[in-house]
Amino acid sequence: MELYGEEIGSRLLLGTAQYPSPQILAEAVKASGTEIITVSLRREGADGAGTGFWQLIKALGVKILPNTAGCHTAKEAVTTAQMAREVFGTNWIKLEVIGHSDNLQPDVFGLVEAARILSDEGFQVFPYTTDDLVVGEKLLEAGCEILMPWGAPIGSGQGLRNPDALRAMRAHFPNVPLIVDAGIGRPSDACMAMELGMDAVLLNTAVAKAGDPALMGAAIAKSVEAGRKGFAAQMMERRDMAVPSTPILGMAVFD
Amino acid sequence: MRILVNGEATEVNAVNIAAALDELSYEGEALATALNGQFVAREQRQETVLQAGDQLEILAPMQGG
Repeated sequence: MELYGEEIGSRLLLGTAQYPSPQILAEAVKASGTEIITVSLRREGADGAGTGFWQLIKALGVKILPNTAGCHTAKEAVTTAQMAREVFGTNWIKLEVIGHSDNLQPDVFGLVEAARILSDEGFQVFPYTTDDLVVGEKLLEAGCEILMPWGAPIGSGQGLRNPDALRAMRAHFPNVPLIVDAGIGRPSDACMAMELGMDAVLLNTAVAKAGDPALMGAAIAKSVEAGRKGFAAQMMERRDMAVPSTPILGMAVFD
Repeated sequence: MRILVNGEATEVNAVNIAAALDELSYEGEALATALNGQFVAREQRQETVLQAGDQLEILAPMQGG
């Protein structure tokens, strides 16, 4: 798939937070085969912890997608993005403008505002949004070339709460890369997103909080691949009634 | 003078951001600064003058989702 002109092989984007150790994070990144990892910026103490983390991340040799996690206004998100661009040396930004502290849903008004400012400043914005079609259109008008609808609230692991809405997004934006970001809890959730025709999935907690993060990274990578192939192969439609798979013609008669 | 560094009241002699980073022993390339909510690029740190009560944010890479 192509994201802002970059050819990306893996359709799994992985977060770097909440792993039991830096070593396990590195193992999970490798096992997942991801080519893009998300990172953030936080206040640096005198201990230089951020510099150490940066060395670890660079050594992984994958693309960096900095986020604006925790920002609640467009202004905060814009300033954080500007700081991230300098530190990480990339125009990519995963834009989060959080609107509600309980379900961490995006403030879509602030999101569109920040997306417009950042796009005008040359950023390549990956907006964490809802599955609302009109908001998606506004984000594209603001300069985004990718949309990242949520599957369920961040860190909830609830899977895809509204598959019909994601299907509608796929139909409405046939040529826009769609990445389900947030809510994926297990391999089957990721597979389902890909079967719906999403271009990729972005997840963190599902891998980081698994009993064996590296194994889960590998498992979800397989499920993403399976779902993508299933979508490409065009699945059969569900039927209400049974239809025999084995031909009736030529059945023996025994009575 | 007293400024806020990452939310903590801090006494500094430095008159600009670059000098404040030195004085507070912040090192390395993996740092970004903002003053009173506005991003200050690396090359502007020397010329960005500090005043008492300023809020200086110094950020570095961290794990994120």
